Amino acid sequence: MLQKKKSKLLKRLRSGLSKSRTNLSYQIKNVFQREKITDEVWDDLEAILIGADIGMDATLAIVDDLKKQIKTEHIFDPGELKEFLKKELIKELNTCPNKINPSNLGDISIILMVGVNGTGKTTSIGKLAAQLRGEGKSVTLVAADTFRAAAIEQLQKWAERSGSNFIKHQRGADAAAVVFDAIQSLRAKGSGVNIVDTAGRLHTYVNLMEELKKIKRVTLREADGIPVLTLLVIDATTGQNGIVQAKAFHEALGLDGLILTKLDGTAKGGIAIAIQQQLGVPITMIGFGEEIDDMGPFKAEDFVEALLD
Amino acid sequence: MFQSLSDRLQNIFSKLKGHGKLSPSDVDEAMREIRLALLEADVNFKVVKNFVNKIKERAVGAEVLESLTPSQQVIKIVNEEMTALLGSTESKLLYASQPPTVVMLVGLQGSGKTTATAKLAHLARNQGKHPLLIAADIYRPAAIDQLIALGEENNLPVYHMDEKPEKIVETGLKEATKRALDVVIVDTAGRLHIDENMMDELVRLKKLARPHQILLVVDSMTGQDAVNLAKSFQDKLDFDGIILTKLDGDARGGAALSIREVTGRPIKFISLGEKINSLEVFHPDRMASRILGMGDVLTLIEKAQAASDSQQAEELERKIRKSEFTFEDFLSQMRQLKKMGPISQIIKMLPGMPSASGMKNLNVSDKDMVRIEAIIESMTPEERIKPAIIKGSRRERIAKGSGTSVRDVNQLLAQFNQTKKMMKKMLGMSKKMGRKGTFPF
Ligand SMILES: Nc1nc2c(ncn2[C@@H]2O[C@H](COP(=O)(O)OP(=O)(O)OP(=O)(O)O)[C@@H](O)[C@H]2O)c(=O)[nH]1
Ligand SMILES: Nc1nc2c(ncn2[C@@H]2O[C@H](COP(=O)(O)OP(=O)(O)OP(=O)(O)O)[C@@H](O)[C@H]2O)c(=O)[nH]1
Ligand SMILES: [Mg+2]
Ligand SMILES: [Mg+2]
Repeated sequence: MLQKKKSKLLKRLRSGLSKSRTNLSYQIKNVFQREKITDEVWDDLEAILIGADIGMDATLAIVDDLKKQIKTEHIFDPGELKEFLKKELIKELNTCPNKINPSNLGDISIILMVGVNGTGKTTSIGKLAAQLRGEGKSVTLVAADTFRAAAIEQLQKWAERSGSNFIKHQRGADAAAVVFDAIQSLRAKGSGVNIVDTAGRLHTYVNLMEELKKIKRVTLREADGIPVLTLLVIDATTGQNGIVQAKAFHEALGLDGLILTKLDGTAKGGIAIAIQQQLGVPITMIGFGEEIDDMGPFKAEDFVEALLD
Repeated sequence: MFQSLSDRLQNIFSKLKGHGKLSPSDVDEAMREIRLALLEADVNFKVVKNFVNKIKERAVGAEVLESLTPSQQVIKIVNEEMTALLGSTESKLLYASQPPTVVMLVGLQGSGKTTATAKLAHLARNQGKHPLLIAADIYRPAAIDQLIALGEENNLPVYHMDEKPEKIVETGLKEATKRALDVVIVDTAGRLHIDENMMDELVRLKKLARPHQILLVVDSMTGQDAVNLAKSFQDKLDFDGIILTKLDGDARGGAALSIREVTGRPIKFISLGEKINSLEVFHPDRMASRILGMGDVLTLIEKAQAASDSQQAEELERKIRKSEFTFEDFLSQMRQLKKMGPISQIIKMLPGMPSASGMKNLNVSDKDMVRIEAIIESMTPEERIKPAIIKGSRRERIAKGSGTSVRDVNQLLAQFNQTKKMMKKMLGMSKKMGRKGTFPF
C-alpha cells in the first residue's frame, strides 16, 4: 500500500509538470545541458530557484554556497552542478529531522491544524484521519472552526469518509469549548487521536491569533501530558508571504511541523524550504490532490527531484 | 528582511549631491534594488525583467524635479509605470442590457470564489439589483451548504439541486428568468489549471450559460505560479477580469502585476476580509504602492510636491516647530488622511507597516477616527487652540458632549501631545536629511 501511495505521488507530481511544459521547465533543461558553467548559467539557476518561490534570501545563499563549493569539488559541468545542487538541497532539508510526526504518533495524542484561509486544513485533516484509521487508530475530528459557513458540515463529511468520530458544537460557539469537550472524551477513552480543525485566519489579525493561542493553552492544560502536535498548513502556491505567515504562527503557538498542500499543481512549494531554513520547523506531510489518499510523508528526495525536474 | 524600497533607494542616491539628470550608473544601481523589491513582492521573475527594462529606458537621462530627491524621482517613475501597467481605469460591475446579467467565478481551490459569490451579489443588491446565486460546485464537501448558509445569513436566494453542474446552471438560469431576478452569479468548484477534465467542464458551462463576465478569483498571496495559472485559465476560458482576494493580510500582492502583464485583463475587485461587505473596487495606484512596499510614501511625495508651494504647508511646519500645533490642525490633518481611504488600510499602506509585528501595536480603526473627531468637535475653539487648559471639568463636559468617556478624552489628549512631540522630532530629521517640504510622516 505504501508503495502504491508513493508511486501515485511521483506520478502526480510528474504529470503536473509534463502537462505544463512551460518555458520554465524548458529553461531548466537548457541550463543544465550547457557546456560550461558560465555567468549565464548562474543567472538562470537563480531564476529557477526564484521561480520555485524559494525567495531571494535563500536563493542567494544557495547560489553563493554553490559557487564556493564547485571550486573545491572541481565541478565544471552544468550537469554535475545539477546533481550537486540536488544533493545539497536534500542534505539541507534533512538537517531538520521530524521528531514526532503524524506517522509515528503514540496511542494517544492531539493534533491542532492551523493556517491562513483556504490552504487546505480541513481537507488535510480528512486525509490524515484516513491514514491513521488505516493504522487501526481511533480518530476523532473536532470541529473548532465554528466561524466559517458550513465548515462544520465539511469536516463532518470527512469524518464520515474516513470513519472517524466527530465532535461539534453550534456554529458561532466558543472554539476552545469544543476542544475542551473533545479532550475530556479522549481522556475518558484513554486512547486515540483528536484532530482539531481551526478556522482559517490571516496572521495579521491580532484578535484571531489570540483566539488561537487560547485554544492551544486550553489544549495543553487539559491534555495534561498527552502529546500535542501543532501543524501549520501551507499552500504550495504561496509566495513570499508564506515566511511571514509561518513566523507569526510559530511565534504565537510554537509549530511542530508543516503540511505543504496542493503540490499537484504547477507551483513548486519552494517557500517551504525557506520556512524550514529560517524557522527550523520541518515539513512533515505533503498534499497532492483532493482525494482522501492524496497525502504522504514529506520525502526530501522526491521534493527536490520535482523542484528541479 | 523587507527593508523598504524607498530606504534602499535613499541609500543609493545619498551619494548623489544636488540635482540634474539621472546617469546610467545611478539608474543601474537603482534598478537592482527595484528588481529585488519586486521579486520579494512575488512579481514573476520574467515580468520583473521586462518591467525593469522599461523603467530603465525612462529613467536614464530623466530630469530630477526641483522639489524631489533623485530617489523620489525614480520612485515616481516606477510608480507611474506600475500604475499604468495595473490598469489606469477603475472597473465597475457591468450589467447587461438584456437581463439577467450572468457572472461566473472561476479559479484555483481555496482562492475565495464561494465567499466572493455572496459578496458580489451583496454589492449588486446594494445597486438595486435582484441577484440569484447558483451553487455549481458539486465536488468539494459541503460547498453547496456553504453557499446556502451565506445566502441565508445575508438574505440572498441560492439555487441548488442534486445534479451535474451543467444541469444546475441551466435550470438555475431558467429559475432566474422565471423569478425576474436580474443578476446571476455562478459559484464553480475550485480546480487546477492543468486538470483538463475540470477545465473542460468550465468550457461547457461557459458555452451554455454564456456569462457576460467570467471573473478569475486569485489569492493575493500567490507566488511565482500566478502567471501559469492565469495564462491557462485565459487560454481555456478567455476570462474578463480578476478578483484579488485576501488583501486584508500583509502580502505585497505582486501576483496582481504578473497576471495583468501576461493576460492583459483588468483587476476588477479586491477582497479585504471574510465579511459580506469586504469587496471593493480595485484602485491601480494603491496596488502599485503596496507592491512596491512603499505605501503611501508616494501619495505623500505627491502631496509634498503640491503642498511645498502652498502656504499651508509652511504654516504647518512653522506651527510644529513652535509647538503651536493645535487640535484644529490635528482635525484637518486627520480629515485629509481619511479621504485616502479606510484608516486600517491606510495604515497598512504606510511604509514599514506590512509586517505582522508592526501591526500589533496599532489598533486604530475607523471607529476610533469617528470617536476622535467627535471629541475634538465637542471642544470649544479656545480649547482646540490651547489644549493645556483642558482640565477636570472641561474633560467631563467634552466626554458628555461627544458621547465618550473621560478616559477616551484623556487618551486623546495624551496621544495628541505625543504626536506633537513626534512631529517636531521628525521635522528636525527630515530637515537634516535635506528634504524640503515633505510631510512630517
Ligand atoms: N488540488 C488540491 N486541492 C486541495 C488540496 N488540499 C486541499 N485542496 C482544496 O483546497 C480547497 C480548500 O481546502 P480546505 O480544506 O477547505 O481549506 P481550509 O484551510 O480548511 O479552508 P478554511 O477553513 O476556509 O480556511 C478545497 O477545494 C480543497 O478540496 C491539495 O493537496 N490539492
Ligand atoms: N481574510 C480573508 N479571507 C478570505 C477572503 N476571501 C475569502 N476568504 C476566506 O478564504 C477561505 C476560502 O474561501 P472560499 O470562498 O471557500 O474559497 P473557494 O475558492 O470557494 O474554495 P473552493 O471552493 O474550495 O475552491 C475561507 O475561509 C474564506 O472565508 C478575504 O478577502 N480575506
Ligand atoms: Mg477549513
Ligand atoms: Mg467554493
